Amino acid sequence: MTTNWKPIIRMGLLAGIITLYMAVVGMLESFSEREVIRDFVTLGQIMLVFASITAGYLATRRLSDAQNPLRLLVSGAIVGLMSSLPLLVLVLLASQLELRDILVNVTRDLIRILTFDQESLLTGGLMLLLVFTAAGTVGALIRSISPRLRQSLIFGVAWVLGIGILSELVQQILQQVFDRDALRVVFIRDALKPEAALAIFVIAAVLDYLWLSQGKVLRSRLTPTAPGPQRNLRYGGFALLALLLLVLPWLVGTATSDVLTSVGLYILMGLGLNIAVGLAGLLDLGYVTNFAVGAYVMGVLTSTGPLGIDAKTGLAIFNFWLVLPVSLIVAMFTGLILAVPVLRMRGDYLAIATLGFGEIIRLLAISDWLKPVIGGAQGILFIPKPEFLGVRLLPQAEIFPLILNDPQQIYYVILAACLFAIFVSTRLNNSRTGRQWMAIREDEDVAAAMGINTAKAKLLAFTLSAATGGLAGGIFASKLGTIFPNSFSLLVSVNVLSLIIIGGMGSIPGIVIGAFVLIGLPEILREFDQFRLLLYGALLIVMMLARPEGLWPSAIHRREMHQTEDDSKPIAEPPRDATVVVAGD
Amino acid sequence: MKRILPLLLILSLFAIATGVQGAQMECTDEIGCVEIAPDDPIVIGYMLTLSGGTSFLGEDSLGGIEIAVSDRDSMLLDHDIELIGEDSLCSAEGGQTAAQKLAANDQLLGVVGTNCSSSATAALPIISTAGMVMISPSNTAPSLTNDDTASGGVWQPGYYRTAHNDLFQGAIAAEFAFNELGLTKLATIHDGSPYAEGLQAVMADTFTELGGEVVFQGAINVGDTDMSAILTEVAAAGPEVIYFPVFEPEGDFIAAQTADTPGLEDAVLMGADGLLSDSFPEATGEAAVGMYLSGPSVTGDEYTAFLDKWAEEIGGVPPSGYHAHAYDATNILLDAIESVAEVGEDGTIVVGRQALRDALTATADYAGLTGSLTCNATGDCATGEALAIFQITEAELEGNWPPPVVWSPGQDM
Amino acid sequence: MRLVLNQRTIDEFSWVDFIIGVLRVVIIALIIIGSWNTLASGRFTADQWISLVISGLAQGSIYALIALGYTLVYGILLMINFAHGEVFMSGAFTAVFLAEAFDRSGFLNGSPLLAVPLLILFAALVSMSVAILLERIAYRPLRNAPRLVPLITAIGASFFLQYTFRGLYGSGFKSYPTVDALRGSFTVGSVTIPISQMVVFAAALVLMLGLYWLVERTKLGKAMRAVSENKEVSALMGIDIDRIIVFTFAIGGALAGAAGVINGLYRPQGVNFFMGFVPGIKAFTAAVLGGIGNIPGAMLGGLFLGVIEAIGPNLVLAGLGIPGANQLKDVIAFTMLVLVLIFRPQGILGERLAEKKA
Repeated sequence: MTTNWKPIIRMGLLAGIITLYMAVVGMLESFSEREVIRDFVTLGQIMLVFASITAGYLATRRLSDAQNPLRLLVSGAIVGLMSSLPLLVLVLLASQLELRDILVNVTRDLIRILTFDQESLLTGGLMLLLVFTAAGTVGALIRSISPRLRQSLIFGVAWVLGIGILSELVQQILQQVFDRDALRVVFIRDALKPEAALAIFVIAAVLDYLWLSQGKVLRSRLTPTAPGPQRNLRYGGFALLALLLLVLPWLVGTATSDVLTSVGLYILMGLGLNIAVGLAGLLDLGYVTNFAVGAYVMGVLTSTGPLGIDAKTGLAIFNFWLVLPVSLIVAMFTGLILAVPVLRMRGDYLAIATLGFGEIIRLLAISDWLKPVIGGAQGILFIPKPEFLGVRLLPQAEIFPLILNDPQQIYYVILAACLFAIFVSTRLNNSRTGRQWMAIREDEDVAAAMGINTAKAKLLAFTLSAATGGLAGGIFASKLGTIFPNSFSLLVSVNVLSLIIIGGMGSIPGIVIGAFVLIGLPEILREFDQFRLLLYGALLIVMMLARPEGLWPSAIHRREMHQTEDDSKPIAEPPRDATVVVAGD
Repeated sequence: MKRILPLLLILSLFAIATGVQGAQMECTDEIGCVEIAPDDPIVIGYMLTLSGGTSFLGEDSLGGIEIAVSDRDSMLLDHDIELIGEDSLCSAEGGQTAAQKLAANDQLLGVVGTNCSSSATAALPIISTAGMVMISPSNTAPSLTNDDTASGGVWQPGYYRTAHNDLFQGAIAAEFAFNELGLTKLATIHDGSPYAEGLQAVMADTFTELGGEVVFQGAINVGDTDMSAILTEVAAAGPEVIYFPVFEPEGDFIAAQTADTPGLEDAVLMGADGLLSDSFPEATGEAAVGMYLSGPSVTGDEYTAFLDKWAEEIGGVPPSGYHAHAYDATNILLDAIESVAEVGEDGTIVVGRQALRDALTATADYAGLTGSLTCNATGDCATGEALAIFQITEAELEGNWPPPVVWSPGQDM
Repeated sequence: MRLVLNQRTIDEFSWVDFIIGVLRVVIIALIIIGSWNTLASGRFTADQWISLVISGLAQGSIYALIALGYTLVYGILLMINFAHGEVFMSGAFTAVFLAEAFDRSGFLNGSPLLAVPLLILFAALVSMSVAILLERIAYRPLRNAPRLVPLITAIGASFFLQYTFRGLYGSGFKSYPTVDALRGSFTVGSVTIPISQMVVFAAALVLMLGLYWLVERTKLGKAMRAVSENKEVSALMGIDIDRIIVFTFAIGGALAGAAGVINGLYRPQGVNFFMGFVPGIKAFTAAVLGGIGNIPGAMLGGLFLGVIEAIGPNLVLAGLGIPGANQLKDVIAFTMLVLVLIFRPQGILGERLAEKKA
């Protein structure tokens, strides 16, 4: 049996190009100082060889069952060798030309990293070649381990790397429970101690191995088959989830709670936009309009500064709780007014018109024209935090009435709003109106022919969607304490739209997951500083390529996706569902 | 789960208790101390805009901070200096998130940041409550160092800045234009950022007070490239001086296109420190020659040496005009830490948080890159002589930097 | 059936029609009042208006070139290539280094007639490669997915490209060297027109005519049109769909890259990784304004948008007594967009598409 070398060479070159990419955009150098395991491995070193090892592993996929260890190793070595070529070219070019004039990150330090501190180009290049060849071979070696053991080992390594790379976040969360001296057993600053890393590796790998071998038995023993206990288990699960939601901010600390509140606001907006996009198929790219209206209503009515209604009229009657419904209602009306002119536009025309509304709102907010009312570029300051009259929520908060000024407390306001919105969404989803929307989403003309008043249904979708956005905006303004026009950019609309698609269109759990991934992830990626949005963009692409139907698609949606992808699969529903049009026309 | 919760509570209480007991040196500071064990680093933070369209500001400041740290070989009082940072974007929500993240680190002494006043107003309450200090290289909004809430001040203890207050820079610009240049008709353009809007407002007010006439006040948007519409409007108003305290690249576009606008050939152009950057004259070309810029008085050999360090350590030239402010901010922070730190026998350091604030407030006549810095009670450090008016000449088009100083407020008028 | 359906729709929509009608009247009345006030006050001379229109046309022709990329891709795949602004940026940002080198060696000002087309070609090649890679990696695997899914990968790609180029070339601002031949202006009657504006307009026109010829007169163009009509049938006719789609992306990318250099020669400053964002949105708007999927529509939409931006604020808003009028030029632009879409929900020239989808 001859080996087909072409894919192997291609895989190697691809890995090399990926590593080259990380080198020239500056990732390798930036992270060469960042230790993952103290005095042992830096993030830069991991990045340097990761692609080659992975390529070595992947390229030998087809060879794994062949009983020929030598060929396996040779293939791996060739992959590694190939992956070093692009970097060798870079090193060579950098020695001849002043590449830094154009590529700012091709510095002498980078070349030093790539040539492993060797003085001469020749030995440095050779080192590079050898290291990469070795990396490719290691990848192939991993392939030769028995699958079960392999998975456990990879699992262990993933845990060590995960904790090591996200050490700052992990430490911050652990700090809620342990004090700094306790954390020092495991961490030195940002890095894991070598012995701790080894311990994590062993524990994770052993646990995984045990789970793989014993898990099935365990699971079957734990899953009750009788309906009674099964129901109890479900209720137990719900109770546990509820408890978790209640104590979550205290488990993760202030900083992460703050992230949770942002995620919560986006969940709220996602639920709102889902009514328009997910249910009624109205592609709205200007969702920020509603958010901004809600926020500015809250700002103008409650601010204690010179722009507030208080300073202007002496009417000091407004507080957060009173204005929140006002925010919602005003946003609802704005939504209604803006919905009328776009009622007949479809698909992408609707998208661009709503995008226009979003931009118009931002520009009006920033404008000198409306500056006397809403502050223009200088924004609205002194927006008070919500007060919780007469209720002591927690013993720590000694102020009476309690001012919810800390993200751990604002969290509950947002949690309540989210639960309310989820409740409403679920009811709508299963209602007559919900079915009307879905009919419009599938085909507007047919829906009209079936006797659905499409104008009314669409307006209702727009206004309900806007109301939720206004609610989120009101909370946002109060949480922040100050609002500036640049908080209401197109990016908000884009993020909200992305999260409902990433989560899985039309699915409520999907929105929650989408918000966590889309808003939470960049916060976790903060570790990567200026490469945060680069990785974020890459992740968006990868995620959509891997799961085009979203992370948690609704049942109907999933079925549709699988039909289009693979017609040969048996489908539960009769073929009338086969008309697949999702959103837009 | 129900059992775990009290357990967690007890554990955390225990942790807090042991944490307090563990202190070897006594802390007498009213708002707490930071204790740094012998092998631990001194942690300072930065909070800058590192992504999005304003990231050039963040990279500019970050370079200044890094050079200040590396000037000390990353060491202070025989401890490493550890720099941790957050991307605060140029928005209020970014500032809040970044501040929460940084404030969660109880080892952190102070933060250099933010770049944008909007981030600062949201970040400041959190940083201040955490007992930390925050020194901004580029927030210029007057409200930030105004402690009178009735007139819109948002200052809180712990806030300092080496950037120029708009009230100061805008007024100086007006005095220069009216008194020195003898110009009487002013047009202003801002870009919708609080910085530019604030500066032009102060400039216009002062100019009117001095007896001049404001003939036009307008605005463009960030991202605009074609300025012909607004410049036609400006030309119709017939100003003698056009003040546009914006950033690159909008400032480049305005300056370059003024030359092509009939009626504005003779108008004097003025900008502020947002445009005081090496790349501005080079990008704008001939049209920039003769333009006045107000900004930190970065002159002399020290600044040249700084630029050399920049070229070597970071590469190229600073992308904006606040690197020197950031360099100074970092230095006064590190100096203040050094002056208030109590060093134990084993190398343990204790820094009182209030003491650190007092030391920063007491900063006087500090000879920084941006001129002489003296902090006042509400954190404005760049007052007095730390400002100058530059004029761009032909030499700057060829790569000379900084341009010659033509006037500074200390000078007789 | 069709008739009955229409009758029903009309009945239900009558009050909507009423509100829309009122809205139309209000907007148009505001425009007329504003314009009348401005013109009556005589703040600007006729020459100033003419030069504003001309600079609007120059700016608009750049929008049009970028808009063509949106429209071509939309015509075939019915997807919004959100990352197209970044394709524009990639060419403009990369070519700036070549332009600097040309300038240093004296080639740029020595023989601009050779140097400028070379620059355009280079930028077009870079942008084309980026566009092709984009299609291959981020869009092709999702060709059968719901329409909003590629929109998300496009947004991801937009971030990815922005920050990749920032990593490559840094976050500072670069600028194109000035070409002496493009300086100065000539006078027609009493109006002075900068040469650079005329050149931009001419260059864009040449490229657009070239594209029109390609689509309408060549075999490739015929295939492109066939694919945009019906993919399955064209595949049966022996057209390689993948190849045509790649070509479409390549042409759109090349035009965007060319627009990058043309823009750079016209407005040399402000070249950095973020420069594609605003033109991207504007061009997208222009494409929809003209009727997305329609090539002459994109050209018309771009020019229309450019002119509206140039004269709208001074003409309408200033006349209504709104301060800081130019700050609100996008408000005018988007209001006009909504107005146009109210009258013609398929954009100015969007019939073909509407028929196809009806």
